[in-house]
Amino acid sequence: MPKLKINNTEIEVSAGTSILQAAEMLGYEVPRFCYHDKLSVPANCRMCLVEVKGAPKPVASCAMACGENMEVVTESPLVTKARHGVMEMMLINHPLDCPICDQGGECDLQDQAFGFGFDRSRYTEDKRSKVDPDMGPLIKTVMTRCIQCTRCVRFSEEIAGVSDIGMMNRGEDAEITTFVQKAIHSELSGNLVDVCPVGALTSKPYAFTARPWELRKTESIDVHDAVGTNIRIDSRGNEVMRVLPRLNEDVNEEWMADKSRYAIDGLKRARLDRPYIRDEVSGELRVASWDDALSKAAEKLVGTSADRVAAMVGSLCDTESMMALKDFMASLGVKNLDCRTDGTLFDVSQRCGYVMNTGIAGLERADAILLVGSNPRWEAPLVNARIRKAWLANRVKIGLIGEQNDLTYPYTYIGSGPESLAEGHSFFDVLKAAKNPVIIVGQGAFLRPDGEAIHAALYEFATQIGVVKDGWNGFNVLQTAASRVGALDIGFVPQGKGLNAYGILLASQKNELDVAYLLGVDEFNVEASLGKNTFVIYQGHHGDQGAVRADIVLPGAAYTEKDGLYVNTEGRVQIGKKAVSAPGEAREDWKIIRALSEKAGKTLPYDSLHQLRARLVRDYDHFGKIGSVILSEWAAFGVAGDIRKHPFHSPIDNYYMTNAISRLSPTMAKCTYEFIKEAAVIAEAAE
Amino acid sequence: MLADKDRIFTNVYGWESFSLDAAKARGDWDGTKDIIAKGRDWIISEMKASGLRGRGGAGFPTGMKWSFMPKESDGRPHYLVINADESEPGTCKDRDILRHEPHKLLEGALVAGFAMGAHRAYIYMRGEFYNEGSTINRAIKEAYDAGLLGKNAAGTGWDFDVVLHRGAGAYICGEETALIESIEGKKGQPRNKPPFPAGAGLYACPTTVNNVETIAVAPTILRRGGAWFAGLGRDEKNTGTKLFCISGHVNNRCNVEEEMGIPLKELIEKHAGGVRGGWDNLLAIIPGGSSTPLLPRHICDTVLMDFDSLRAVQSGLGTAGVIVMDKGTDIVGAIARLSHFYMHESCGQCTPCREGTGWLYRIMQRMAVGNATLDEIDMLLDLTKEIEGHTICAHGDASAWPIQGLMRHFRPEVEKRIMEYRKEAPREVA
Repeated sequence: MPKLKINNTEIEVSAGTSILQAAEMLGYEVPRFCYHDKLSVPANCRMCLVEVKGAPKPVASCAMACGENMEVVTESPLVTKARHGVMEMMLINHPLDCPICDQGGECDLQDQAFGFGFDRSRYTEDKRSKVDPDMGPLIKTVMTRCIQCTRCVRFSEEIAGVSDIGMMNRGEDAEITTFVQKAIHSELSGNLVDVCPVGALTSKPYAFTARPWELRKTESIDVHDAVGTNIRIDSRGNEVMRVLPRLNEDVNEEWMADKSRYAIDGLKRARLDRPYIRDEVSGELRVASWDDALSKAAEKLVGTSADRVAAMVGSLCDTESMMALKDFMASLGVKNLDCRTDGTLFDVSQRCGYVMNTGIAGLERADAILLVGSNPRWEAPLVNARIRKAWLANRVKIGLIGEQNDLTYPYTYIGSGPESLAEGHSFFDVLKAAKNPVIIVGQGAFLRPDGEAIHAALYEFATQIGVVKDGWNGFNVLQTAASRVGALDIGFVPQGKGLNAYGILLASQKNELDVAYLLGVDEFNVEASLGKNTFVIYQGHHGDQGAVRADIVLPGAAYTEKDGLYVNTEGRVQIGKKAVSAPGEAREDWKIIRALSEKAGKTLPYDSLHQLRARLVRDYDHFGKIGSVILSEWAAFGVAGDIRKHPFHSPIDNYYMTNAISRLSPTMAKCTYEFIKEAAVIAEAAE
Repeated sequence: MLADKDRIFTNVYGWESFSLDAAKARGDWDGTKDIIAKGRDWIISEMKASGLRGRGGAGFPTGMKWSFMPKESDGRPHYLVINADESEPGTCKDRDILRHEPHKLLEGALVAGFAMGAHRAYIYMRGEFYNEGSTINRAIKEAYDAGLLGKNAAGTGWDFDVVLHRGAGAYICGEETALIESIEGKKGQPRNKPPFPAGAGLYACPTTVNNVETIAVAPTILRRGGAWFAGLGRDEKNTGTKLFCISGHVNNRCNVEEEMGIPLKELIEKHAGGVRGGWDNLLAIIPGGSSTPLLPRHICDTVLMDFDSLRAVQSGLGTAGVIVMDKGTDIVGAIARLSHFYMHESCGQCTPCREGTGWLYRIMQRMAVGNATLDEIDMLLDLTKEIEGHTICAHGDASAWPIQGLMRHFRPEVEKRIMEYRKEAPREVA
């Protein structure tokens, strides 16, 4: 615990703390470009120079650890001179294109030139020119603006785990580029834009659309995967301009996956902005008034026997609307409810059986990890980044059962299907011997008819390995849908002897189902899966799978357009905020259900979101604890049964298109073309 | 003048073979076992007593450097790295040791390696030294065949391997941490210090990087005693003998081993056959390789060639690469050429050096023809100060010093050129 003086203020810090960090603790600002607290420290920008008594030269404070009795001065003529000098050097080859630069207004170089620089340039020679490499559909490059801080190189090597980007050549000719003109093959590449302190790497879809000072900032939660990334929605007028990550060390640190960041242009496409009713004669959807649509829906629901009605919820729903729908269905006596619209089957009785009990941050403490039927790189890129972080920090041993993919860290391949759990493998001994063993089960393990039996087998296996011990629960289920854990928590599952998702579809095909209420269900081909005689009420925000089959369309709000609670895959309740209004006549989802219940004569007992939330918390008190994870009791789960010898398949075959929003996003289409189609073509050509 | 009996490099001109037999006849590998039998502490104390300072340019006391290595290994191996990436313009001393005295280097590697607990030495060879690399490889093979390296090297009971690693010709890889990066297979970019290599160097293990000459003189010092070496030279801080490389406008360009502290004038007159056209035709001398500031004639008249005397005249001994320039030299153009070298060899890692070296070169290029303004001289000096001391390694300093030296002693010449250029081509002055 070295004690030192910074600007004559004493501070005691833990060993290994850098001078820059210590100065920050005391509130002294030290300018920096290359230093980033999540990345390694190269000390190459030289902006953070400070004076240390006794040192012959100014010292780079980001790389120098605090020493006992050090005396540091962060503001002195020597330091100011050094910063002036570095700033001048930084700017001589930097173009004066701030007016047309997308980083303008949030540029470290701009801010620090203003704070620590000089008011004119002495440079009269020609400026350097650079060729801009093509980094794919997400990242725009203007390399003349680059200050060679190498944050992007370190991010892609350390966090993203891809070596697609690096610094080539030396001296003045040093340039950041991709290795031989290729796009960056990472699901985290959008973060390069955030780590770049200047305008060298900017967001391609966002180019020239807005200035930071025009944007209204709303703190919210992302729904494109089940991680529950903390986001900030930047909007102008009633338009979402971009989405940025917010710091949450327990969930996403300060990163964000590409789909979450770039799929937002899908929010402007194919939106349902008015109610529709299918014309019985022509078979076409016709625009209708809310009154007509709700009346007709209520009429159908009330007029049908409850056992011939079913309700399902999709992957993007907020918990309140699902709660309202469940209450409404209960008032009608409908028991056929399910939230597992992606086709998975698992035991929903125990919470510990469907959440990540270890937590995302907890993975860093793991010393052996077994992945079962999961491709975390696509299912939850940020969970994958955590696993990589654990691997980088303490070389955690990783085993895999299921599809083999490049996960950015090495793993031991054990087998392809559930039978591998029963066969002995040397990796299981590693897992048994580990102090903090972890099992991560992906949805691929449950995406099959014997899912519940596999669930039971996993419980057996976990018990046998001993992943649950004092103060440690290493059993994790990695969900892929943002709404799933919330829906399971409130019990949006078959009630009593009600049908599950499989049963509902089967009943519909057998003409045993008359009305299906689909709340944002776009996960499967609704048209092909439901029988012809089922009357479909679709409530959602996009004209995707569900709406095309619907007989009544009730336009709802997307995640940026409503307040809502979401429970992430760890079981962490987080609150999303409304940034913009839903388009046209679309309404927030819980309000639609509330209005419908009134039409059906079963008025739900809440008139405001506040009352609805109070009702939610009354029955499920963890919804009152926003932001924290509620640990689940460890208990047996699963239903014993036969298990087929069949390899696991990941539920995601294209990372960039997994839900209604991303399927309709032009940027995601470009990514699919660049990263998925191209790869397929290359693979085909190779064969 | 150095007596023949005190010469360490007796075959520096290659008059005899470099092979093991010839080297043994010259006294190499004689009693190596006995030296090592005296133990680690004795070797280090003897090296300290000799007053030997690192021959690579910085002049850090060698005995002290060796003593920084951990006494006991914590499980990590120790490494000795020999810096044979001699690329400083004007310097060619290591080249001749590698060519003609490789066994001095190998024997030195063994005793130095033993003294720091290393079982392995890497010789990092400059890429352009192709033939020298082949020579070293042959010498290494001879030594292995004779049992002087490998298991129980030279019968000392100490296992010792020597590995030749060829670089690719980057000047910056002569900087010790960039050199380590390069051996590790990475891009040659200097590391931040601390940690120093003695704590975490090659593959994050304790490492000492020494110059070829430093290692090659060690066996002789240990055989003849530190006191003998300390008895040579000017004073107790500038001891022993040194290989001087004399190039430029002299009648007989040569490498010569001389006593530390020999007067510069004597060195040139005696060994290099004097300045072309006589001493009066001398304009300036760069005394220690391109990065040291030049000295005008009036200083050259009297200055002594050792670390502290040259430091006293705001220059340095560096690698002792003496570059002599007579009055026919375009001195501004010469320094501009050096600026080009430093721009070309900057690794591009840290800002002041990456951006600054190019800027310095461009101004120098204009000043060489006079296409500049008078205030740009002060601006140029200010820029050198912005680079100097603000970079990760000493490359930034090295790019600044020649220009500072030029302006210190030849500012009137630069000003004259600017005025003449303006007279010939009158133009708007910025």
